[in-house]
Amino acid sequence: MKAKIHVTLKQGILDPQGKAIEHALDSLGFKNAGNVRVGKYMEVDVNEADKAKADAAVKAMCEKLLANTIVEEYRYELMA
Amino acid sequence: MKIGVAVFPGSNCDHDCRHIFKDVLGQYVEMIWHKETLLAGLDAIVLPGGFSYGDYLRTGAIARFSPVMGAVKEFAKKGGLVLGICNGFQILLEAGLLPGAMLRNKSLHFICKDVSVKVENAATSFTSAYESGQVVKIPIAHADGNYYTDPVTLASMQANAQIVLRYCTPDGKVTPEANPNGSLDNIAGIINAEGNVLGMMPHPERCAEAVLGNDEGKLIFLSMLEALRGNKKELKMVGT
Repeated sequence: MKAKIHVTLKQGILDPQGKAIEHALDSLGFKNAGNVRVGKYMEVDVNEADKAKADAAVKAMCEKLLANTIVEEYRYELMA
Repeated sequence: MKIGVAVFPGSNCDHDCRHIFKDVLGQYVEMIWHKETLLAGLDAIVLPGGFSYGDYLRTGAIARFSPVMGAVKEFAKKGGLVLGICNGFQILLEAGLLPGAMLRNKSLHFICKDVSVKVENAATSFTSAYESGQVVKIPIAHADGNYYTDPVTLASMQANAQIVLRYCTPDGKVTPEANPNGSLDNIAGIINAEGNVLGMMPHPERCAEAVLGNDEGKLIFLSMLEALRGNKKELKMVGT
């Protein structure tokens, strides 16, 4: 299975890159853009046929290495 | 004393630390490759600055799983002195040996300059050679030094005097303007509750020789040696 993983800073934690992009969008005239958050996107091939096992594995990867849960949150989807 | 300096792929202040302990302070220094799992006979360990594993994913995130870090944790658990400088501090945070996490500098820039830092707690094994409240000029060089922790942890660190170094103005005022990177509470360096693991973003090894124009960082290393001598004495007294 393939995991598509997104890691971003938690809401409430200042994201200076997001803020810089937000200001750039604003100065380009995109007045409707707000709350820009920058994150990381990762794809991982998980050698598990069973979805529950793959899910548990990806969750453990995120908790242990891919995200620092003190400041970041993660979400992922699993594709066959 | 026997000082271990850990070497990760991408460490680049390891030889500066070795130079200070060995050539300036006359101690025995052992360079410890990150694949090592035993730290026998060491009195203290330094995790040096640099860009371990290219800062991939997050600073220190991969280095913390290096084999040597298991041994460093054991060493710290037994009360051994561990000093993490810059990337070394980031590794200590990722490893959970110190609380909190590093964010990108508020300005998004890599900052390399001398800053003023106030010694808020001069009663630690890493700062005892300073006066309490002393202002020290010391260089920083990092892109991720914006320290963050949750309010509960911050309050407990404040209550336990674990915030050892704070960014300040040259005359010692801790103000938002004196904060180079957006760090919470102007934090430049913290110590664990047990008092044997210190992490700091500034680089004392870059200002520990008068010939370089500034030796105010040297007192960090002298404090450590002093503490180790004290420990040795205590150990001997227990033995006799």
